[in-house]
Amino acid sequence: MEQVVIQIDGNEVRTARGNTVLEAARDNGIRIPTLCHLDGLPDIGACRLCMVEIDGRFGTACTTRVRDGMKVRINTDELHEMRRTVLELLFAERNHVCSFCVSNGHCELQDLACELGMDSVRVPYRYPTLSLDATHPRFIIDHNRCVMCARCVRVCAEVEGAHTWGIAFRGTQVRVITDLGVDWGNAETCTSCGKCVQVCPTGAIVLKGQATAEMEKHPELVAELEERRRAG
Amino acid sequence: MKREIKIDPVTRIEGHAKITIQLDDAGNVADARFHVTELRGFEAFCVGRTLWEMPSLTARICGICPISHILASAKAGDAILAVRVPETAVLLRRVMNLGQIVQSHALSFFYLSAPDLLLGWDSDPATRNVIGLGAKDPDLTRRGIRLRAYGQQVIERLGGKRIHPAWAVPGGVNQPLSAENRRWLQEHLPAALDTIRFTLDLFKRSFVNDEMRGALGEFPSLYMGLVAPDGTWEHYAGGLRIIDGAGNILADHVDPTHYQDVVGEASEAWSYLKFPYYRALGYPDGMYRVGPLGRVNVCDRFGTPLADAELEEFRGRGAPSGRIIDYHYARLIEILASLERIERLLKDERILGTRIRAEAGINALEGIGVHEAPRGTLFHHYQVDENGVMRTVNLIVSTGQNNLAMNRTVRDIAAAYIKDGKLSEGILNRVEGGIRAFDPCLSCSVHAVGNMPIALELIGPDGTVVDRAVRD
Repeated sequence: MEQVVIQIDGNEVRTARGNTVLEAARDNGIRIPTLCHLDGLPDIGACRLCMVEIDGRFGTACTTRVRDGMKVRINTDELHEMRRTVLELLFAERNHVCSFCVSNGHCELQDLACELGMDSVRVPYRYPTLSLDATHPRFIIDHNRCVMCARCVRVCAEVEGAHTWGIAFRGTQVRVITDLGVDWGNAETCTSCGKCVQVCPTGAIVLKGQATAEMEKHPELVAELEERRRAG
Repeated sequence: MKREIKIDPVTRIEGHAKITIQLDDAGNVADARFHVTELRGFEAFCVGRTLWEMPSLTARICGICPISHILASAKAGDAILAVRVPETAVLLRRVMNLGQIVQSHALSFFYLSAPDLLLGWDSDPATRNVIGLGAKDPDLTRRGIRLRAYGQQVIERLGGKRIHPAWAVPGGVNQPLSAENRRWLQEHLPAALDTIRFTLDLFKRSFVNDEMRGALGEFPSLYMGLVAPDGTWEHYAGGLRIIDGAGNILADHVDPTHYQDVVGEASEAWSYLKFPYYRALGYPDGMYRVGPLGRVNVCDRFGTPLADAELEEFRGRGAPSGRIIDYHYARLIEILASLERIERLLKDERILGTRIRAEAGINALEGIGVHEAPRGTLFHHYQVDENGVMRTVNLIVSTGQNNLAMNRTVRDIAAAYIKDGKLSEGILNRVEGGIRAFDPCLSCSVHAVGNMPIALELIGPDGTVVDRAVRD
């Protein structure tokens, strides 16, 4: 496979042409924080946590393809500050209360807060009034804990092929919906496969009957499934 | 001239409160009130959450007695799932509740109230605390701290952490007890038992006397607590028993899910804490007391040898006891009884069982969970929709049920000590000490939103009330 050479934080690294900056960094053992990215799903650059500096401009590592001679900066004070601020905005935007959350201790958002040293939130919390839909016999969607990563939308469309999940409204009103906005329990296209539960990075989409801290997910199943499908 | 004395905040209690004492023209006490000045509001914001989160959500009401809320909530959840909790899970929940009683009672006695008793009501307030106690009697203080630590270890060894373990769930518990943790708890139990026997002897030698009886006062009231079908002291199951100040049984083996038949709730404009009362006698005559004194007064026996011997001695001074100081006495006896029961339960081989959780969907739309928290009978009453989402939450928290009696205590102590308007810090500390005897947890008890009476007073420069508006 044809290789390209790029610079990451001043060091030359090689990666396959067609790779994203995120893939190039990972191939070379360099960590870039991510949230909406999931191996096995197409990238959409929704969460902005993988923000890097590419030839002097800011961009998301998950959606930018490498070019010969590209100069990428990942670890600068400015980028650390930007990523932390993005994370704080995610926490402030909805009602993320870890203490009684079913995903407490097994949550990608919580892990990122630890990794990025988010010891406080410097922007005002919005405390929106949001609902929880427990009408599905096996699953619950709690909009309080959703970060709009759209992994559920992507896995449902691209892997399961059901297209149950979608995104409705804009700005602060944006939220994920099932079947054009009906209760999940009445969504006829849902096959109850549970892939959206496994890929959701927080306690937003969970199994019913799980108590606090009991919800452990396996998002890596999507990549394994893709691998097996490719292998035929 | 009329004067008002404020003790604000009341110290060495859990939560925020103040006491006001109104003096008449002669400088004597006209009235006194215990005002709870904080609001938590869990009854309101739990609505819309799922049943399965409720044990951990309501646990956050309190860092001292989270287990009380976890267990009451899990029991309400059991009722909504309509399952039979596996016997190992019941035994484990019992052990944890007993551990909670041990640690909370030890905290109340050694950290919060022992400084008054052992250093003196009038001692220097700067050192009248657990640090000062440690300086005066390091051995007792160390033992008291270790006793509390044992209770906390019971919780950690069962639930994985000491505060807010996510362990009890609707249908049972989510983690069995390991043989290693059982062995640890068994090995360390004798030291805890030794400490409580030593402390009880010290308490009886020093504080079971007429002086202490007078210091905090006494009055008759009703008493309420859970008892087993045979009348034995109970903390997890059983029925409600209510007795009057003469010891007559007014209600017995009341199914606790029918609590609304016996308990009514009133509210007053000057406190966020509701005023529960015994319905048959109305408000405020239906004043009843719960907690250590309530339980020890209502039970026939403890059912364990050491605690039963103590109970006999306790009752030798007249039963039921209306003495405020006996809250401490009863609390220490309950620590002893709890340790004896933990010992007995840990010997039961079923305690190591791994069938610990019954799983089910929503089979009932209403559930009531009741058990004895350290401070008294605790009720969690939930209504859910068919998906398990909370529609209404009613919490009758132990401390609230002592509200009428705490106000009476404040008034009695103030009236006994404040004459001709003369005050000293030591007198005010006795008033606080009366409250401390109840070990109130106000953070636990203030949740109703929307029906809160509010009074506004417009006071002129000369101190007269110019206008007053009341919403009730």
